[in-house]
Amino acid sequence: MKIIVCVKQVPDAKDVRLDPVTNTLAREGVESIMNPYDQHALEEAVRLVEAHGGEVTVVTMGPPQAEDVLRQAISCGADNGVLVTDRAFAGADTWATSYTLERTVRTLGNFDLVLCGKQAIDGDTAQVGPGLATRLDIPYVTCVQKVREISGAAIVVERMMDDGYDVVKTDLPALLTVVKDINEPRVPSLKGKMKAKKAVIRRLTAADIGADPACIGLPGSPTQVMRVFPPQARGARAVLTGSIDEQIDQLVAKLAPYL
Amino acid sequence: TEKAVKVDLDEWSGVWVFCEYRLGCLAPVSLELLGAGRRLADLRGVKLSAVLFGHDTGDTATTLIAHGADIVYRVDHEQLAVYSEDTYAAVLTSLVREHRPEIVLAGATAIGRSFVPGVATSLDAGLTADCTALDIREEDGALMQTRPAFGGNIMATIVCLSSRPQMATVRPKVMRALDCDPARTGDIVDIAPPPGQLRSRVQVLESVAAHGAKVNIQEADILISGGRGLDTPKGFELLQQLADVLGAKVSASRAAVDAGWIPYPHQVGQTGKTVAPKLYIACGISGAVQHVAGMQSSETIVAINRDPHASIFDVADFGIVGDLYEIVPKLIKRIEEYRRG
Ligand SMILES: Cc1cc2nc3c(=O)[nH]c(=O)nc-3n(C[C@H](O)[C@H](O)[C@H](O)COP(=O)(O)OP(=O)(O)OC[C@H]3O[C@@H](n4cnc5c(N)ncnc54)[C@H](O)[C@@H]3O)c2cc1C
Ligand SMILES: Cc1cc2nc3c(=O)[nH]c(=O)nc-3n(C[C@H](O)[C@H](O)[C@H](O)COP(=O)(O)OP(=O)(O)OC[C@H]3O[C@@H](n4cnc5c(N)ncnc54)[C@H](O)[C@@H]3O)c2cc1C
Repeated sequence: MKIIVCVKQVPDAKDVRLDPVTNTLAREGVESIMNPYDQHALEEAVRLVEAHGGEVTVVTMGPPQAEDVLRQAISCGADNGVLVTDRAFAGADTWATSYTLERTVRTLGNFDLVLCGKQAIDGDTAQVGPGLATRLDIPYVTCVQKVREISGAAIVVERMMDDGYDVVKTDLPALLTVVKDINEPRVPSLKGKMKAKKAVIRRLTAADIGADPACIGLPGSPTQVMRVFPPQARGARAVLTGSIDEQIDQLVAKLAPYL
Repeated sequence: TEKAVKVDLDEWSGVWVFCEYRLGCLAPVSLELLGAGRRLADLRGVKLSAVLFGHDTGDTATTLIAHGADIVYRVDHEQLAVYSEDTYAAVLTSLVREHRPEIVLAGATAIGRSFVPGVATSLDAGLTADCTALDIREEDGALMQTRPAFGGNIMATIVCLSSRPQMATVRPKVMRALDCDPARTGDIVDIAPPPGQLRSRVQVLESVAAHGAKVNIQEADILISGGRGLDTPKGFELLQQLADVLGAKVSASRAAVDAGWIPYPHQVGQTGKTVAPKLYIACGISGAVQHVAGMQSSETIVAINRDPHASIFDVADFGIVGDLYEIVPKLIKRIEEYRRG
């Protein structure tokens, strides 16, 4: 099987803050990592290829330094890395990102499966996977917590729902977005690290994927971020005092509206 | 892909709400969205329409009118009884193309966040994810959509200026439903989609409810949440007792889920669910940013933790420092006494 995994390089979210003066993201000193969900997508792809044969290609759209996540992916078992990079991609929303990834996947040729993370921990939209599948005109299943089986041209998976899960069957090629329960990602082996160091990363520009300039980057994005601001701080906390029993009495009085 | 360059904005009018109906139940977020949608429609001076997909939906359409809808587009068909990404996307895309609403809202639920991005892609429309506030900008009538990003560390307000419809998924429990008004009137329009739209490439073999009946912690008014501080899976039995007294549901931190004490659908936080109940009681949870991201919009937060420096106290309205195994049983007892008067 040929599997394509879409990975995004993201800032380690727990460190991201708005600069209170400029109201821009203070990314300085913030470490970049492979989006955690994408590590699970990659692991699943590598396991499927180990079981059924084939190859795993990882794709990322991002600045030149996003090459790091591709090498990391190769150290964890991916066969090839493709970096889609061009200044013209800057400012893409999910509409433009899924367009760019669609052009890329079509440029790479045939595939059986595309795997994405459920969502990226920076943009947090969970929209790129469904958008990409829609453009590729292939079926998709979101929030996959388990791949049960692949037989012939069909795949059976468990799709996590708000109230449990559905067992879902679909034809290949298909796109899946995965949640963290699907597997435990491996740590890179020494051999993997050596391979990653030597790997040649393929680079594609907007022209290489035949992208329409009106559909990429900021100009191609129907959504615009008008303003960013820090979340409202919660009101001052009410400190309860006294013995535990007294505090519980006060608490029950405060909670009266909910009782 | 050819992009529709610059749509004629004036051709698009009206506010639409996709109302989610699954396994015989209307998702409560649907009524919340009708409340929010009613306000937007009134500000724009346009009609509010509800879209209902499902099978044997009974008098649900009437309920939607009683909660604010002027029109209900009802697609009642056995092929829509079970959710699948492609049929839902195909039918909604086609309805939007035909009727051209300027705004389309859906719940930011597993279903909404899964098929609505497909619809927006097909329509060349902008889609804002998981909004917590919606407003109309006075000068040009644009929909201002506010949402948390970066795990709740920043908020962003997003607009779609040159494309229509303006689409958003909206977080459950943030908007307020209107009171039911059975006297309200509206039109129910039954739609029979062409068979091509109802043919799914995705087949649902089975729906399995989560262990411990149906849990949807996003819909609970009160959540009792447990963390690593419970120390053993038995701790959740105690929390369940408190939940029973309060008519609440039980949720958890990731540490408790990772320990295998409670299944993942109960997890609150960045990689779990985002909740905004009226009351959130955190027991033995330290208050890591990834946890707080998922619960900070709760109306009232109570924290019980034996570490006075735990950061959960920074977001709590009421905190008690102490051992939860002492405090929770006493709290249950006091609430029972209070109830007896
Ligand atoms: C504060 C803020 C708010 C935003 N809000 C919105 C919004 O509401 N709507 C909107 O359309 N855009 C929004 N954006 C833009 C959005 O973050 C970018 O379009 C981003 O490129 C993709 O969206 P995401 O990060 O949400 O990814 P998601 O859709 O959450 O990512 C899901 C999966 O898609 C794959 N993927 C995503 N990006 C890439 C990539 N670059 N390369 C390879 N694979 C990838 C990964 O497998 C990932 O796990 C916002 C941006 C900011 C800064
Ligand atoms: C990418 C990423 C995503 C994540 N996503 C999530 C997420 O979605 N949700 C989430 O919750 N976490 C998430 N985490 C994990 C998060 O960082 C914390 O590790 C986790 O929330 C800690 O859980 P906890 O508060 O239960 O445990 P701890 O941090 O260990 O806290 C336990 C608390 O219990 C208190 N305690 C102990 N015994 C008692 C007692 N007898 N009585 C009273 N108090 C007691 C202690 O004082 C302590 O404060 C994520 C982490 C990462 C890196």
